[in-house]
Amino acid sequence: MAMIDRNKAGKETRRVLITLVENKPGVLTRVASLFRRRNFNIESLTVGHTDSPDVSRMTIVVDATRTNAEMVQRNLLKMVNVIDVQDVSHAPAVFRDLALIKVKADNQARFEIMQLVNVYRARVVDICADSLIVEVTGPEVKINSLVEMLTPYGIIEMVRTGLVAMVRGSGHASASAQVDWENGEAYENGYEEEEAEVAAPTLLRM
Amino acid sequence: MRRTGSQIIWESMVREGVEVVFGYPGGAIMPAYDALLDYPVHHVLVRHEENAAFAADGYARASGKVGVCIATSGPGATNLVTGLAGAMLDSVPVVAITGQVSSHLVGTDAFQETDVTGVTLTITKHNYLVTDVKDLPQIMKEAFHIARTGRPGPVLVDICKDVQFASTDFDYDAIEVKLPGYRPSLRGKETQIQAAAEMINAARRPIILAGHGVILSDAHDELRTFAENGNIPVSTTLLGIGGLPESHPLNLRMMGMHGEAYVNQAVQAADLLIAVGMRFDDRVTGTLSTYAQNAQVIHIEIDPAEINKIVKVDLGIVGDAKQVLSQLIPLVEYNERAPWFNQIDEWRGDSSEHDILGSNDSGTLHVPYVISQIRQSTLNSNTTVVSDVGQHQMWAAQYFRHYQKNRFFTSGGLGAMGYGLPAAMGAAFARPDDEIWVIVGDGGFQMSIPELMTINQERLPIKIAVMRNGYLGMVRQWQELMHGKRYSEVDITSPDLVKLAEAYGIMGLRAERKEHVAEVIEEARSHPGPTLIDFVVEQEVNVYPMVGPGKALHEMMRRPLENARHLNATG
Repeated sequence: MAMIDRNKAGKETRRVLITLVENKPGVLTRVASLFRRRNFNIESLTVGHTDSPDVSRMTIVVDATRTNAEMVQRNLLKMVNVIDVQDVSHAPAVFRDLALIKVKADNQARFEIMQLVNVYRARVVDICADSLIVEVTGPEVKINSLVEMLTPYGIIEMVRTGLVAMVRGSGHASASAQVDWENGEAYENGYEEEEAEVAAPTLLRM
Repeated sequence: MRRTGSQIIWESMVREGVEVVFGYPGGAIMPAYDALLDYPVHHVLVRHEENAAFAADGYARASGKVGVCIATSGPGATNLVTGLAGAMLDSVPVVAITGQVSSHLVGTDAFQETDVTGVTLTITKHNYLVTDVKDLPQIMKEAFHIARTGRPGPVLVDICKDVQFASTDFDYDAIEVKLPGYRPSLRGKETQIQAAAEMINAARRPIILAGHGVILSDAHDELRTFAENGNIPVSTTLLGIGGLPESHPLNLRMMGMHGEAYVNQAVQAADLLIAVGMRFDDRVTGTLSTYAQNAQVIHIEIDPAEINKIVKVDLGIVGDAKQVLSQLIPLVEYNERAPWFNQIDEWRGDSSEHDILGSNDSGTLHVPYVISQIRQSTLNSNTTVVSDVGQHQMWAAQYFRHYQKNRFFTSGGLGAMGYGLPAAMGAAFARPDDEIWVIVGDGGFQMSIPELMTINQERLPIKIAVMRNGYLGMVRQWQELMHGKRYSEVDITSPDLVKLAEAYGIMGLRAERKEHVAEVIEEARSHPGPTLIDFVVEQEVNVYPMVGPGKALHEMMRRPLENARHLNATG
């Protein structure tokens, strides 16, 4: 189906949508099926419980260079089981990703890696004779940076959870969500740069 | 009170005002069919489940209520799929009930088990698999609510056989619809209404594009007042036909691929498009990069996901067409717009020269002539026209002028052949006092033949006009124009349709020349029962105007003038 590419030029390439859905069978299939049906490209999708047993929470990261995040949001909201969608890309929010990284580590490398892990406030959660597992939590750039540092040692395998996000302050995702269809130019709220887009060295001070 | 799942199905329907359902029994839905005997719901036994879905669609469009179809698991349910896909694309409120294997067998590939909620995931507005009878009352109520509110659409409820047998407490009035994620916005935001009014009042060459949403929200009167107050011409989509009487001076009639040439020229030259309840289908826009380049766009639409989907709008108003138009009416100022109307009239000037009704005095039949004659004959009665899909569908849209609201039904978005006859059955139940005409080609008709017996069985006085040209006409037209006249699998033969009709206990008539047409139409109309007319029409006639694939809306192929002999138009 022909769709005009309406991505706003440049600026941001990644949009983060917090999506609250009813905790019912098949809802994940519905959401995943929507992306396929509408030919939307997403970077990651995480899903898990919330404080309410009736509600699950998805964090969906959209590659805005390939997919119009506004259309993703509207199509999500159209689904009966989707309670709310909030675009937090420009909101002051905490963004976190968790990675487990298994790295080759002989006696000499082990010491270097553990120093590195300390600097990144990561943790070593398993050690054996020739490898270890690093657990790291943080914004994606921090993890990317650690991965880059560990690569020369030889990464055996890695798993990442995908991004989760939460807006700072006392607001609640569903309470603070503002659905504003006006002109299709919603969410241009002029929030300040978020921390995840700040360079890695700043993050190390966290 | 205690009720079985089967009783809950029918009792919920009765409470929702359902009087007629279209269906076909089978193993996994048998408990429900057993309970049906105790409820005042008229069940129409179709001859194929696809036609149950089409009939429910036709019933819904004609009645303004939710249409209901019912089928068994597996093949019964998969046969509904085409009809549900059509109802989805055309926003028609339909509830489909399907039986499913018992809950302990779900997922085991049991006999006649199909994952129907999976199959219909993207062609229903919502669907449910019911594995516990305690959920059923809530789900039945939600299904009807979802189907008919907001942007209407089909909802499927797949009910395990053991659920139909099991019992639970049932109190329909006490059920609250709890859908935290389902809150259709109906009223336009005031700031947007103000902004829209300013744009409309400042526009010099505005045009209203009225779609199915106008009809679905019963906004006929509001559209008329809005257009008259602002003195703004109206064009309709295929499914918007009947949103404004086609006798109204502001109604330019249908736009798009087979719309009138002057309408498309007006869209292309407009400085403001006011789209109401339509979704900029590719059949409406032609090539997007050249579509209405001079126009600002206001899009009034109940489904936010339609706004900015195809055409980038300057102002999107999420809301129900009736409400938003009501909000706009007091703010719109009258404007003469003389240059704009003069320009449109100038474009309109040569339309009759290109009209096939002004040509071909050989006496042989073509579809526009037949449709015009049916229109002439039925002018003074309430007539609902249901068309199938193809050339005759476009001619029905072009030549059957609708002066009353919402009396033209067709498979628009999906373009499903075989829609016409069963949808007309649905319409006949909803409008027993209307004269129901089916316009159908020899291709689509042969997909629907089994329902002749249903029509007979139910004694529905439907008038079936088969336009028999021996071709799958629209495909043939495209092969002629786009594939160098290399005809591939478009010849289609038919049985003797008069004998066929008679075999089904339906009066059969035939017309082969113009002088017979009025006569057979009158004969069909005066017959109290169902009638089939076999119109033997010219084989190779094309629908014009036509916007070819990849062309801009104003780059239309017109009927070549050398074929037109400038006789007085009869339509």
